[in-house]
Amino acid sequence: MSIRRNINLGKEEVFGGDAGLRWKNVLLLAFGQKKMFKRMTPAILHFFVYAGFIIINAEMLEIVLDGILGTHRLFSPFLGVVYPVLLGMFEILALTVLVSCVIFLIRRNVLKLKRLTTGELSGGWPKTDANLILVTEIVLMSLLLIMNACDYNLQQLHAEHYAQTGPFLISQYIAPLFSGLSESSLLAVERGAWWIHIIGILAFLNYLPYSKHLHIVLAFPNAYYVSLEPVGEMNNMKDIQNEVLYAMEPDKAPTEVPADAAMPKFGAKDVMDLSWKSLLDAYACTECGRCTASCPANITGKKLSPRKIMMDTRDRLEEVGKNIDANKEFVDDNKSLLHDYITTEELRACTSCNACVEACPVSINPLNIILELRRNLYMEESNVPQEWMQMSNNIENNMAPWKMSPSDRDAWAHS
Amino acid sequence: MTVKTMAEYMAEGTEPEVLFWVGCAGSFDQRAQRITKAFVQILNKVGIQFAILGQEEGCTGDPARRSGNEFLFQMMAYNNIQVLNGYGIKKIVTACPHCFNTLKNEYPALGGEYEVIHHATFLQQLINDGRIVMKEGGTFKGKKITYHDSCYLGRANNIYEAPRAVLEAMDVELVEMKRCRTNGLCCGAGGAQMFKEEEQGTTRVNFERTKEAVATGASIIAANCPFCTTMLMDGVKNQEKEDSVQVLDIAEMIAQSI
Repeated sequence: MSIRRNINLGKEEVFGGDAGLRWKNVLLLAFGQKKMFKRMTPAILHFFVYAGFIIINAEMLEIVLDGILGTHRLFSPFLGVVYPVLLGMFEILALTVLVSCVIFLIRRNVLKLKRLTTGELSGGWPKTDANLILVTEIVLMSLLLIMNACDYNLQQLHAEHYAQTGPFLISQYIAPLFSGLSESSLLAVERGAWWIHIIGILAFLNYLPYSKHLHIVLAFPNAYYVSLEPVGEMNNMKDIQNEVLYAMEPDKAPTEVPADAAMPKFGAKDVMDLSWKSLLDAYACTECGRCTASCPANITGKKLSPRKIMMDTRDRLEEVGKNIDANKEFVDDNKSLLHDYITTEELRACTSCNACVEACPVSINPLNIILELRRNLYMEESNVPQEWMQMSNNIENNMAPWKMSPSDRDAWAHS
Repeated sequence: MTVKTMAEYMAEGTEPEVLFWVGCAGSFDQRAQRITKAFVQILNKVGIQFAILGQEEGCTGDPARRSGNEFLFQMMAYNNIQVLNGYGIKKIVTACPHCFNTLKNEYPALGGEYEVIHHATFLQQLINDGRIVMKEGGTFKGKKITYHDSCYLGRANNIYEAPRAVLEAMDVELVEMKRCRTNGLCCGAGGAQMFKEEEQGTTRVNFERTKEAVATGASIIAANCPFCTTMLMDGVKNQEKEDSVQVLDIAEMIAQSI
């Protein structure tokens, strides 16, 4: 899979710590969707879709087996009276999924909620992708209900192969819509719905890798690999730590430096310089915008949007992946994540407050990317605002970010 | 006010219970000095043997690191850890959440391992242990107060309840802002923003936050960070509410209550 290859283009990062705690995160954050429930309305609607997706898959098993074995409603003889009850439950779920997706579409296209329609989501592929997913789900669920409705009509006509399961909880109400049809037309609609449903699902699965909908898979590994350290901690740069150590204590420096030692690169300029977890993050992002809605910079009209940081990272990574596909290895294209996708103005607006990290339901950390890019700006490009340059000078000379005399540091104690 | 440096304890051949890490803001910023002094006043009153590093203390490197200057961060960390380890420091308390975060989470990887406590937690412990006793009547009793979560104490380190417990011990009427605890809104100073002009936007982060705080109708905005205090005070001035709304650090409130 090219996604796996692309993620592995990222830098090694060791994820140690308690595996038990990691599994607990998978259970709470991914399975339990704990953070979704910070916003109740979408959380409940999303939960319907999620539960529907998981449970209706059980019926998919029957549908697929029927297809392979040439049977119809394979499980009904074994389950007897339980079968229509079970199907009724699936139908309720199908209806809730359908209604939830309709509400989601309304939120995006009619109510135009700010979080779902502004900035990087205002048009183009991200907007189409979102609507496509919702429409597909609505169509799939409708097909399921139409199929069952025709099935009931066929049962009443005592059509061959159609087991007498009786009416199903929801589809019985749309069955009258088809009751005027002849047996052969009913058969055509029922079989047609069956085929479009299964082809639709298979096509949808193949669409996932190109879509933000991939979160249904990657939310799980992402929750497992989320950092267990306090989020205030920044990744240490061992190279620089050692460089300072050897400068201060030359006797600790290695006597022989291998001649082929590569010059360390500071921070990240492109996606390959980021941790592989940041790249997994990019593929796990479903562009919900909770990060951006909670970002103090974005709220106050700055250009920074953590969601855009993640979308840019994925877009650039896809571009690099295609480059590798075409050239066997990455050939410099004179582009990079920094500058060509993410501007300095966006990076400099960040207050490192971790609101975006806290807000993400699928454990994405946009702040890591921002800080790594800032490191590159500072240490590789010396692209720094004058005031920060001054701050650094002050810290270096006065041991404080202001132009104050170090000998006055304890003056407060004597006043 | 009795303040002794580590060097003085060393010369006497004694050891303090705890090192008070003052931080750059607490040392040089006039507003933050008042927080420093209030905290020292509490320590003196309770009778805690504490030391400061005095002129041997330097910036932890937090703003350097977050602006992208890892070299400078590592330099500052190296020097500070040399001093701290040289004195054999085991326990540190600080009134700055940025210093707290760096000392607690980032120095261990560089060889500096200490028990680091933020003053909110420290004050809560002193109250729980009965070492801080509020005076009769209570200066802030029944006063409407809202509490601003600093990012580096809150989300960065998951400390939400200790500062609130300190406020409750003063019998205040705590009114929460809609964006509080894990959803708290930044004051705008973190990530070295304190030391540069904000990027182009529609408003300033501290104005946005202060508007929310003032809207609660509280007469005091309680904070736990010298940078938040500065940002919120500017926000209050912008709203022309200096006469009716005060911004106070929880240590200042305790100092006025004992």
